[in-house]
Amino acid sequence: MIEVSELTVRFGGVTPIDGMSVEFPEGTCGLIGPNGAGKTTFFNVLSGFVRPSAGSIHAYGDDLLGIADYRRARWGLRRTFQTEQAIEELSVYDNVALAHEHSARSRGTRHEDVLGAIEFVGLEADPHTQVGVLGARERRLVEVARAVVGKPRVVLLDEPAAGLPDEETAHLGRVIKRIPEHMGALVILVDHDMSLVSACCSVTAVLDFGKLIASGPTAEVLRDEQVIKAYLGTEE
Amino acid sequence: MATTTRARPGLSLGRWSSGDAVRAGIITVLLLFVLIPLPGMLSSYWVDVLTSVTVYSIVALGLNLLMGRVGLVSLGQIAVLALGSWVAARIAFAGGLPFPIVLLGAGLGTMVLGTLVGLPALRLSGLYLALITLMLAGAITVALRTTNFPNGGPGFLGHTEDVRGNPAVRRPDIAVNDPAYLRYAIVVGIILFLLALWHVRGRPGRAWAAIRQSEPAALAAGVNITLYKLWAFALASFLTGVAGGLLAAHVGKLYTYQFSTQDSILLLAVVLMGGIYSLWGAIVAGLFMRFLPAVLDNWGLPADLLTILFGVGILQVLLTAPGGLSQQFPRDMKKLAGLIARAVRRPAAPERSE
Repeated sequence: MIEVSELTVRFGGVTPIDGMSVEFPEGTCGLIGPNGAGKTTFFNVLSGFVRPSAGSIHAYGDDLLGIADYRRARWGLRRTFQTEQAIEELSVYDNVALAHEHSARSRGTRHEDVLGAIEFVGLEADPHTQVGVLGARERRLVEVARAVVGKPRVVLLDEPAAGLPDEETAHLGRVIKRIPEHMGALVILVDHDMSLVSACCSVTAVLDFGKLIASGPTAEVLRDEQVIKAYLGTEE
Repeated sequence: MATTTRARPGLSLGRWSSGDAVRAGIITVLLLFVLIPLPGMLSSYWVDVLTSVTVYSIVALGLNLLMGRVGLVSLGQIAVLALGSWVAARIAFAGGLPFPIVLLGAGLGTMVLGTLVGLPALRLSGLYLALITLMLAGAITVALRTTNFPNGGPGFLGHTEDVRGNPAVRRPDIAVNDPAYLRYAIVVGIILFLLALWHVRGRPGRAWAAIRQSEPAALAAGVNITLYKLWAFALASFLTGVAGGLLAAHVGKLYTYQFSTQDSILLLAVVLMGGIYSLWGAIVAGLFMRFLPAVLDNWGLPADLLTILFGVGILQVLLTAPGGLSQQFPRDMKKLAGLIARAVRRPAAPERSE
């Protein structure tokens, strides 16, 4: 479980995250909010790309902000990116093996782990195919496989379904839903597709202009008046 | 870094198609030809040129790795080569160590120096990194101009102005004459290319590919970016240092004018033209750098022509073939073969109106 308390990020005069306090329990958690709400910035803080000006994040009792950025993967933190970042030059296998060899402790089971992760996300492509020749859906799945290989503790998914047609989003949703149970990781999902979020996430937090405006069971949160207002942009 | 002795199935290697077998066969035959009969068939002039090509192919390999694999541009590789030659000459005149040890020492010494030089440059990339390396190359050249190369003189710097009867850098006992030394250099070159290939196909190669495409993605996968960039610098410096050792024993007597800063820029041009995404590009680059000028010279044409040729070549590469000649040539050959095949298949095809 992840506890965020009083997290604040400032870029000059802008405050993309403003005193955010929230808890993400085990399982799959949603993080939603309109564009510019601070969702990706929050992920960047977790990954170590952005240093917060105040606040703390504790994950499974460890002070996450005290761990060097490149060591967080070894600690068990993984992520995907809003613009998919599968490495074109490498094969599907090497893409996944890359994450394993730099972050997992179990060297002996690398081959099985990598093939297992590729199978887990339902990628049918030959593992030796270069990622550069794959389509958008398969690249997304490669990225997800890279994020779940080798027993991660926390998996951050940043709009994994962006740009995918409905049936492929549904497949991705089924994969995401199975991550906590099969891979033992806590998942935080950022997406604008509410059907994906409500299908996958038991709890959801909502950010608006860097402030947490709601959190709780997904169905309740999506009915919350403030949340609807934030999304529809109703004037006061 | 510990390496496993366990075979890792499926990691890039281990899949041989018939095409690979044919390619490996052709490469082996070519190598054997270059290695065994060729040096004996050539005049001493061309043996000299080919030895030089071998040395500069190794230097090009270093830059090829830096640019093609990690995306780091260095304009100081010839200065690193000079460092390698200096270290090799220093070790060679210090005592009767066997030549492979001299080469290894040159490689390791240059690796340490090159990595130290690369250290502050790590925070920079692109144009700024290129500029910094160019400045450092200039600084190394200036320093070498005052210290000069060891030539059997006293003290740590080992340089004496007394040029009468001072010895040349010793060659290995098994390769004293020129053709034998060419063979020796080629064997060393092959070992270094295999070392590079082993890196590219392995864990560092995967980390470099990740860094080149996206540093955040590499970081998120747990790649220690600073370590792997330094590793690339270290490997490139090692290769260049060994090449410096080969060069030192090739020419025997070293002078600073053999390592002009201008050559570093030329090296960048030929490496780009050879192709940075394939290790073969380094050999093409070596040929461009040392074989083409010799050919022009042989034909009585001015060497300045090359500057123009390389200028056009760079434009061509940047505009139409980012993979360089090492990728373009096989592609064009395939196209040509296709055209010929089609022409043969329909010898009496009626004329078509376009």
